[in-house]
Amino acid sequence: MKKLILGTAILALSAGLAWADTVRMGTEGAYPPYNFINDAGEVDGFEREVGDELCACAGLTCEWVKNDWDSIIPNLVSGNYDTIIAGMSITAERDEVIDFTQNYVPPSASAYVATSEGVDLKGGVIAAQTATIQAGFVAESGATLVEFATPEETIAAVRNGEADAVLADKDYLAPLVEESAGALMFVGPDVPLGGGVGMGLRESDTELRDKFDAAITSMKADGSLNKLLVKWFGEDTATY
Amino acid sequence: MFSYCSDPETLGSFGWFSCYLTTGVHMSFYLSFIKVLLLLAVTAPVALGVGFWGAMSARSRIIPLSWVGKTYIALVRGVPDIAFFLFFVIALDQAFEWTRHKILCPDWDQPIRQGADFLVCTQAKLPLGSAPQWVHESYGFSLAVITFAIVFGAFAANVLYGAMRAVPREQIETAEAYGMTHAQAFWRILVPQMWVYALPGLSNLWMVLIKATPLLFLLGIEDIVYWARELGGTKTPKFTSYPHGDWRMWYFLFLLVFYLAFTRVSEVVLERLMGRLTHGQATSGGEAQRKAAV
Repeated sequence: MKKLILGTAILALSAGLAWADTVRMGTEGAYPPYNFINDAGEVDGFEREVGDELCACAGLTCEWVKNDWDSIIPNLVSGNYDTIIAGMSITAERDEVIDFTQNYVPPSASAYVATSEGVDLKGGVIAAQTATIQAGFVAESGATLVEFATPEETIAAVRNGEADAVLADKDYLAPLVEESAGALMFVGPDVPLGGGVGMGLRESDTELRDKFDAAITSMKADGSLNKLLVKWFGEDTATY
Repeated sequence: MFSYCSDPETLGSFGWFSCYLTTGVHMSFYLSFIKVLLLLAVTAPVALGVGFWGAMSARSRIIPLSWVGKTYIALVRGVPDIAFFLFFVIALDQAFEWTRHKILCPDWDQPIRQGADFLVCTQAKLPLGSAPQWVHESYGFSLAVITFAIVFGAFAANVLYGAMRAVPREQIETAEAYGMTHAQAFWRILVPQMWVYALPGLSNLWMVLIKATPLLFLLGIEDIVYWARELGGTKTPKFTSYPHGDWRMWYFLFLLVFYLAFTRVSEVVLERLMGRLTHGQATSGGEAQRKAAV
């Protein structure tokens, strides 16, 4: 039985020697339309298409990896994957720990969704996903913040009355409001938050960041990024 | 999966479910059950082995070895599982990479820790960045097995340590009177008899281990709890051919049934095993069996 452990350790220590330029793209897979798991069980969504195109553009081989949102930054800095491409807004706090490329989604609004009009957004109970800019905003707004590990749970909390409203990216909420047949609605004014969505990389990985930065610039220039933005977020979305 | 699944909206509820339950994501869900069962099948014997080693060293006559065994038992039993899982796996992974880094890249001049980043040379990455995803997953799985084995090994060690002391002293004395060495008496007399004392404690551990498998999710392994949450979540028609509301309750209900059924099966098997081990033993259970047979 000790041999089993030893075997595992040796297996772990003796991987092959050849290595190539594979970039591992870390995403959450639970935040449509940015990223989600499709019926076939693969990562899909706006960021899947953008990421694949960026990799092709920069001449990189890319592989998609799913990771929980909670531990998405720790796993990047400890080297389990090389980029975060998970609808992550560029903020000063995050920028202290990791580096961002330029944004590939323009700064877009966050919005409140509730089951009825007239919810007290300043003093009520507001749901948000843990470690998001929305959670930070709610905490400072004076409302009572309830945090959840996944976006899905924040919506469920509003539906079952645990929270009065949820604050999240408007792009994420829009399809849910549309499909709810009046059960959910946008309340209050939109909240502009963050500096757009960018790819997160390790601070030491400047070479890779420059490659992706250049690729994003070229996608912005030839209009292919705008096409994808319109495809996934609708005609009214902000473009470059 | 089936040919009629191309347009699910037109199907009746039976057809719809037959398509829905056979999508690629659902296959991943079913596969995760196998993962959990495999983890149990591998971890249980490894943990038992670690536990046996721990118990042997704890009662060793060599004082330093006995300290090692006792410290291991006390330390791991005292630390909360979740803290151990979160800390130990990252530490273990970094220890592997650090070792490989030192061996494979001796002329690397940059520090390994730069701020929050843990940086080793590309060749020392574990698994290599270029390795296919299944290698990464197997690696994560091995880390999980090691972690589970160390945690549950400590508890098993304590159980076995107690069981070894519970074997009547006369049995060993008799063995010694027959001229057996210390090792012979241990392997031939003590070990075969201790299982009956260890089994109630070990069966407890097995049950706890079954229920601890959702901790896999903490280690980044997509286990049944992850998939139940993912599949049960609301699906809007824009992103799937099978839209549905919040079905997490049904998926978790299914998990509940799975875990209950699995514990029931374990109970039956353990009960039989107990009957086997009691046979011919100088315990009240063994005595009862003897009388019943007469």
